[in-house]
Amino acid sequence: MKALNDVNLEIPRGEFVALLGPSGCGKSTALNCIAGLLDVTAGAILLDDKRIDLLRPEERGFGMVFQNYALFPHMTVRKNVGFGLKMRGVGSAEADKRSDEALRLVRLESQAAKLPGQLSGGQQQRVAIARAIVVEPPLVLMDEPLSNLDAKLRLEMRAEIRRIHQSLGSTTIYVTHDQDEALSLADRIVVMRDGQIRQVGTPEDLYIRPAHLDVAEFMGFRNRVPGKIVAREGDGKAGALVTVQIGDSMVKATLREPIAGESAVLAVRPDDLEPAAAGVPATVETMEYRGKEFVGTAKGPSGSELVFRSHTRLANGTAVHLAAEPSRALVYSGMAA
Amino acid sequence: MSTATPSPAAPRADDLSLSRRLSLRGLDAITLLVVPAVLFLLALFIYPFAYGFWLSFQPKPETVEAVKASIPALANYQKFFSDPFQYETITKTFRIALPVTILNLLLAIPIAFRVRLMTRQRLLTTILVVPITLGTVLVAEGLLTYLGPQGWFNRTLMTIGLISNPVKLTHNYWGVFLSLVITGFPFTFLLTLSYVTGIDPALENAAATLGAKASQRFREIFLPLLVPGLAITFLLSFVQAFAVFPSAIMLGEPAGSTRVISYAAYQAAFEDYDYAMASAIAIIMGVVQLVVVVIVLWARNLFYKGPVAGGKG
Repeated sequence: MKALNDVNLEIPRGEFVALLGPSGCGKSTALNCIAGLLDVTAGAILLDDKRIDLLRPEERGFGMVFQNYALFPHMTVRKNVGFGLKMRGVGSAEADKRSDEALRLVRLESQAAKLPGQLSGGQQQRVAIARAIVVEPPLVLMDEPLSNLDAKLRLEMRAEIRRIHQSLGSTTIYVTHDQDEALSLADRIVVMRDGQIRQVGTPEDLYIRPAHLDVAEFMGFRNRVPGKIVAREGDGKAGALVTVQIGDSMVKATLREPIAGESAVLAVRPDDLEPAAAGVPATVETMEYRGKEFVGTAKGPSGSELVFRSHTRLANGTAVHLAAEPSRALVYSGMAA
Repeated sequence: MSTATPSPAAPRADDLSLSRRLSLRGLDAITLLVVPAVLFLLALFIYPFAYGFWLSFQPKPETVEAVKASIPALANYQKFFSDPFQYETITKTFRIALPVTILNLLLAIPIAFRVRLMTRQRLLTTILVVPITLGTVLVAEGLLTYLGPQGWFNRTLMTIGLISNPVKLTHNYWGVFLSLVITGFPFTFLLTLSYVTGIDPALENAAATLGAKASQRFREIFLPLLVPGLAITFLLSFVQAFAVFPSAIMLGEPAGSTRVISYAAYQAAFEDYDYAMASAIAIIMGVVQLVVVVIVLWARNLFYKGPVAGGKG
């Protein structure tokens, strides 16, 4: 059993890359291999054309932020941040100065003399980030750094991480299972599943053009309905328009991967599915108020559940037709085996 | 309840029944369950200790006369500290217990660090617990023949030509030393292992990614976090070793280098039939151990004592 298979990735200097995937997809394994905390059984890891996968973690000189922060509980915040500098033989006065600078960057300069146990979760994570970046590493690794924080703090820290990355421009690999985090932070996202890379692309690429159904599912395409391809336009490659039969209705949609036969899966994001004059017939089941609009669920052809948005509240049991832009309705062959 | 605005329905404190008021202070029927334990402690620990303490100040008239005690109640203590044959048992016991405890601890730390990474910890733990269950007498008995002039140990060394005459390892200091290492190590090790495994492995990973070599990770991260636990381990192991008795007699030379303090108390009680003197020796032994405990606990206070995890989760 291999945790990672055929993973090839090149990261240019200064890029913020997110490894995104469900738990057990190998994203943390990949990160630990890069950090040197796990050995690779095959393959190589290179930094500036130098092979590093045989080096011990302490010889690689990367900065790493851990999910549970991993702050040294017996050292003050300043000493925690300065630890990497001390290990590099930086004098203690210089180390303290640079630690304080890093703490200023994460806005914790007033907490420098405290022990980590006296800080809140968000503050601790900021210390962990300061500790990782103070050594000015060629690569910063972040392993689900926000998953132990509550929702509000997570949003704040997300902005903080973005800000720190922009001010330092350090190459960063960020592991997460939260697509919002990946979309908002990363220059490039690597979607992983079962130890393999499923798609690499910019946040826009992944959001609008997921290459596979599992990627689409991960990107929030909650409506996935089986159908039959009845007509094709163009060359039949990804991007070509096709007509898909859902129940008795015909839907224009965009092909995202070549499909040989006629059976296919149509995937639409709830945001892109709206009541229209013509479309797939469905019966409204629930409506949820979301401030700007409503999010509803409806029973569609052959019992499929559809999630859609609406500007008005529709009564339960209302018969509606739901439709999406052909460019926002994506057609896949089905789940990857 | 001490909320600022009590609801009208809430009963006032003086309306509550006695049992309710007691239970609010943490005293209820369940509290009675501690009574057997308290009685047990009183009968088997507090009373004998207090009695022994009192007895140690009731010397036999011969003792008072022999040491010409100015304060008769302290005659037993005066006798102990005026006779080198007696007071030297303290240093002799220290000479055995201290090196044994330190050696066990020094052996336990690296082994615990290795075992921490093993998957079959339970098997090893079981093997290590065996010497504890065997008891000191059986181990001493076994070592007597194994380490004796005709035992396996010497015969093997002679056969492979490492030595030409048997090494004397029984009926001297080294016999007692080795038996205490064997019976004391599992205890020291298991305690050390529990402290070592209690440290979040992410801390070591974090230190490694920050550039700390294995020796630096040990010195900067593990050791400071382990010191409080190691101090407790040291104390418990030391107190055990300081009370050495069977192996000091069976494997040592109880008239000479391994005349330990517990043996002095035994002789006073069961050879001289002077229970008061024996009690005094036992109290002295307790005080010596207490001094060590206080010193080590004080030193422990100089170190970080908080949780050994690196954050939440």
